Amino acid sequence: MSAIEGLDTAVHHEEHAHHHEPQSFWQKYVFCEDHKVIAKQYLITGIVWAVIGISMSVIFRIQLGMPDSNLSWLKPILGGWISETGKLDPNFYLALVTMHGTIMVFFVLTAGLSGTFSNFLIPLQIGARDMASGFMNMLSYWFFFLASVIMFGSLFLQAGPAAGGWVIYPPLSALPQAHPGSGMGMTLWLISMAFFIVSQLLGGINYITTVINLRTRGMSFDRLPLTIWSFLITAVLGLISFPVLLSSVLLLIFDRHFGTSFYLSEIYINGEALPNVGGSPILFQHLFWFLGHPEVYIVLLPGLGITSEVIATNSRKPIFGYRAMIASMLGIAFLAFIVWAHHMFVTGMNPFLGSVFMFLTLIIAVPSAVKGFNYITTLWKGNIVFTPAMLFAIGMVSLFVSGGLTGIILGNSALDIQLHDTYFVVAHFHLVMGAASAFGLFAGVYHWFPKMFGKMMNTTLGQIHFWFSFIGIYLVFIPMHYVGIAGFPRRYYQFTSYDFTHKFMDMNMFISVAAILSFLAQFIFLYNFFRSIFKGKTAPKNPWRSNTLEWTTPIVPGHGNWEGELPAVYRWSYDYSKPGAKEDFIPQNIPYSQTLESNFPHENELIATEKEIEAQNFNDQFNTAH
Amino acid sequence: MYFIIALVALVFVVLTVVVVTRLQDVLKNVKKPESADETPSGNSWNGAMFIVLIIAAVVGITWSYLHAREHFLPIASSVHGRRTDDLFWFSMGVLTIPFIFVNFLIFFFSWKYQFKKGNKAAFYPDNHKLELIWTIIPAIVMAMLVFTGWKAWSDITSEAPADSEVIEITGKQFNWIVRYGGVNDNKLGNYNYKLIDAQNEVGIDLSDENSFDDFLNPTEMHIPVGRPVLLKIRARDVLHSVFIPHMRVKMDAVPGMPTKFWFVPDKTTADMRAELNDPNFKYEIACTEVCGQGHFSMKINLVVEDEASYKKWCAEQATFLQTYPEYLAKVPDNLKAKAMKGLPADTAAPADSAKTASTGGGIGTSAALR
Repeated sequence: MSAIEGLDTAVHHEEHAHHHEPQSFWQKYVFCEDHKVIAKQYLITGIVWAVIGISMSVIFRIQLGMPDSNLSWLKPILGGWISETGKLDPNFYLALVTMHGTIMVFFVLTAGLSGTFSNFLIPLQIGARDMASGFMNMLSYWFFFLASVIMFGSLFLQAGPAAGGWVIYPPLSALPQAHPGSGMGMTLWLISMAFFIVSQLLGGINYITTVINLRTRGMSFDRLPLTIWSFLITAVLGLISFPVLLSSVLLLIFDRHFGTSFYLSEIYINGEALPNVGGSPILFQHLFWFLGHPEVYIVLLPGLGITSEVIATNSRKPIFGYRAMIASMLGIAFLAFIVWAHHMFVTGMNPFLGSVFMFLTLIIAVPSAVKGFNYITTLWKGNIVFTPAMLFAIGMVSLFVSGGLTGIILGNSALDIQLHDTYFVVAHFHLVMGAASAFGLFAGVYHWFPKMFGKMMNTTLGQIHFWFSFIGIYLVFIPMHYVGIAGFPRRYYQFTSYDFTHKFMDMNMFISVAAILSFLAQFIFLYNFFRSIFKGKTAPKNPWRSNTLEWTTPIVPGHGNWEGELPAVYRWSYDYSKPGAKEDFIPQNIPYSQTLESNFPHENELIATEKEIEAQNFNDQFNTAH
Repeated sequence: MYFIIALVALVFVVLTVVVVTRLQDVLKNVKKPESADETPSGNSWNGAMFIVLIIAAVVGITWSYLHAREHFLPIASSVHGRRTDDLFWFSMGVLTIPFIFVNFLIFFFSWKYQFKKGNKAAFYPDNHKLELIWTIIPAIVMAMLVFTGWKAWSDITSEAPADSEVIEITGKQFNWIVRYGGVNDNKLGNYNYKLIDAQNEVGIDLSDENSFDDFLNPTEMHIPVGRPVLLKIRARDVLHSVFIPHMRVKMDAVPGMPTKFWFVPDKTTADMRAELNDPNFKYEIACTEVCGQGHFSMKINLVVEDEASYKKWCAEQATFLQTYPEYLAKVPDNLKAKAMKGLPADTAAPADSAKTASTGGGIGTSAALR
C-alpha cells in the first residue's frame, strides 16, 4: 500500500510505516482510485450528458410542438440535419429520440446517479476507508468514459447516430439498408454499450463486495442506512441483468456482421430477399427487456434510497417502517425480473404469457404503495426543514406515485392494446422513472454537496430550482397523458399524416413550451452547482444535523476518509427526535451508554455489547498487518 | 393556441414574482447565523407554496381535463373496443382516488408539519397494523383490476370465430398492403418471402390454387360491418405495428412470424360520418412500431361497410393474376386451366413450362397462417 493521506495519528505511522508519497495530478484527479474522486468524475460526466440529452429533447419538442417553426438557427450545430427551408431531417428526428433515451437512461440516470452516489456514499456511510477494490473502481469509471467517448463520437457521423429507438429492436437495427442510423451509428452504439456494461459490472461487483465485507464495527445490516440498502439491491439487479443485455448486444453484432440469423428471418428489403431464416425478432425483445425492466429499478431504487435518507433527516423523524422499506425494495427487486414481458403484450407473444405477466406486473404496485405510504407517514408530525434536497425528495415521492399509478393502467394487457407505444407510455415512464429518478439525483446532490466539495450550495437558488422543475415537469407530463389517451403514437416526426392526430396542436405546443421552460430552469442548478464549488460558503461539519457516518468525517475527507480509527456504530441511523434526548438527532457512532436519558429498555440491554463492538477492528485496511 | 402559451407564461411569471419577492425577504435574513432554533431559510414560503400547489393543481388538472376530454379516446367502433374503454375509464377512476389522496397528503403534510420553533417531531418508527393495512388494500384493488383486465384480455385474444372474414395485412417500409382471399374461394393462398418482387409485393405463391383469385390493395382496406374480421399480420422488412385507433386494434407485424388480431367492427364509415357529423371522416390504420424514416406517415385507409357493399367491392377488384397475367407462367401446368378462369382469353398465353418448373419446384413454401 502506498500513498495514503489523511492519516495523521502517530501511532499508525510507527506501527506500519506508511509513507506519504505526494500524488501527481494524474493520480489525484484523473486515474484516481479514491471513491470520492471517482464519484465526482461520475457526477460531472453525468451532468455533461444530461445537458446534451435534455437539449436533444428540446430540439424534438420544438419539432413536435411548433412544427412550422424555422430551425435555421440550429444550423451552426446540426449542419446538414436542418434542411434549406429550416426543417429538421426526419431521420435525424429518430436519431434524436434514440440518443435522448440512451443517454438519459444509461449515461445519466444509471451512471450519473448510481455511479455517483454508490461510489460516494457506500464507503462513507458504512465506515470504510474506500471501496473493496479501488483499482476496479477506477477501471469502472474509465470504461464508462470510453463508452461515453464512443457514443459521443457517433453523434458526428455523416449518416447519424443509432436511430431505431433506445430499445434498438432488430431487424431495423440489424439492417444498414433499413435506416441510415443502422450503419456505423448502430455499430458504435453497440460497442459503446458493451463497454458501458463492463463498467457497470466492475462497479456493481465492487459495491456489493464493499457493502458485505467492509462495514465498520457494529454496522450490522439492520443498522445500514436505506441508501446503502438501495445501492446494494441496485448493484445486485445490475449484476444479474446487464450480462443479459451484453448477450443480446453480442448476438445482434453477430447478426449484423457475421451473417447469423438470431433475430432475422424471411426479410425482403431493397429489392432483395435476405438468406436469413429461423431467427426471431421477439427473442431480442425478451433479452432486451430482461435487462430493460430491471433497468427501470436500477435507475429508480438509488433515488428511493436517497429520498428515504433525505426525508428522514429533514423531517427530523425516523423513517417510518425501516424494515418494511427494505422488504419492499427487495420485493420490487425480485419482481423486477419477472415482469419484463409487459413491454411486449402486443408484439405477437403468446397471449397466455401476456396474462401471466399482467398478474406479476400489477403485484409490483403493492410494495410501491407501501413505500409511498411510508414516506407520507414519515412526513406526518415531522418538523420539516425545506432544504433544496428535502424539496426534491418530496417532489420525488409525488412524481413516483403519480407516474406509478398510470403504470397500473399500462400493466393491464387489455388496456395496453390501445395505449401501447402512445404518448401515454411516454408520459408514464418519464414521470415514474425519468423525473422521479432525476429528482432523486438532485436531492442527493443538494444533500451531499457539502460533503463532496466542503462548500454549501445556495439554498434559495436551490428552492427556486425545485419549484420551476417540479411544476414544469407536471406541466409537461400531465398534458402528455391526454395526448396519449387520444392515441398519438410515439416516435412520430410530425402529426400531419393522419386525421386522428389532427388535434391537440395547442396541447403539443403547451407541452413543448413547458419543456423548454423546465429545461431553462436547470441552468439555475448548473450556475449554483459550479459557482458553489468555487465560491460557496464553507460547509459546517454536519450541516443537516444528520445521523449517518459520513458527517463524522472531516469537512473535506482525505484518502481513507477518517483520521485515526474508523468510527464504531452502535445504533441505526434514524434516531431523530428521540424522546428524552437533548438534541433532535443522535448520530450512529454515539453509544447507548452515553444516551441513557433517551434509551428504550431493549436498547439499554445493548449497552453490554458495546465493549465487544469496540474491540473489533477487522475491516480497517489501514490497521491490518501487511 | 397562443392563449395556452400565454397561460403557461403567466404561471411562470407569477411564480417568478413570488419567488423574487420572497428572495428579497430571505436575503435580508441571510446575515443572521443559523442555529437549530432558527427557522431555516426560506422555510415558510416553501411551505406556503405547497398549499398554492394543491390549489393550482386542482384547478389546472380539472380545467385541462375538461378542455381536453373531447379529444380523448376516439369513439370506439368495435365491440371489444367499448369494453376496454369502459375498463380504462373505470381503472382511471379508481386510480384517481389514490392520485388525489396521496398527492394531497404529501403536500398538505409538508405544509402542516413544516419546521416550527420549539417543536419536536414525533418519534414514530413503525406500526405493523398500518403497514398491513396499506399492503392489503392495494393488493385487493390490484386483484380486482387484474381480474377484470384478464377477462377482457383472454376474450380479445381468444381464437377467432370460424366465420371470420380473413384479411392479410403486410407492412413494409413505408406502406401497408392488404390481401384478400378472393371471391371464388375466399381463401388466402400460400406465400413465400423469396417470391417477392416489384409486382408480387407480398410474395404470393402461385403454385397454390387458393392464390389464383387473391387480390391486393395498397391504398384501402375494406371490411364488413357486424361480423368478426381476422387480420393476419405480416412484415416484409422490419417490425411494424398495425394500429387502428377507432377499433382499439394494435398488433406488431414481425418479419418471419405471422401475428393476428380479430375484432368485430360495428359502425360503418357512413355511421361514423353521421355520428360525428363529419362528411370527411375516415378510419385510418397507422404504424406504431418505429420502422424508419417514413414511420410517421405509414397510413392506409380503412372502409367499414355493410355486407352487400363489401361483397360488391370485393367483386370489383382485379385479382393479382388479372393485373399481372404474366405471372401465369409460375402456375404449375396442371392448374393452369383453373388459374385462367376469369382471365381475358388473349392474356392467357401458353406458359413457359421450363420457367414454371424452376420457380415452382426449388422453393419450399410456408403455408399462410390458417
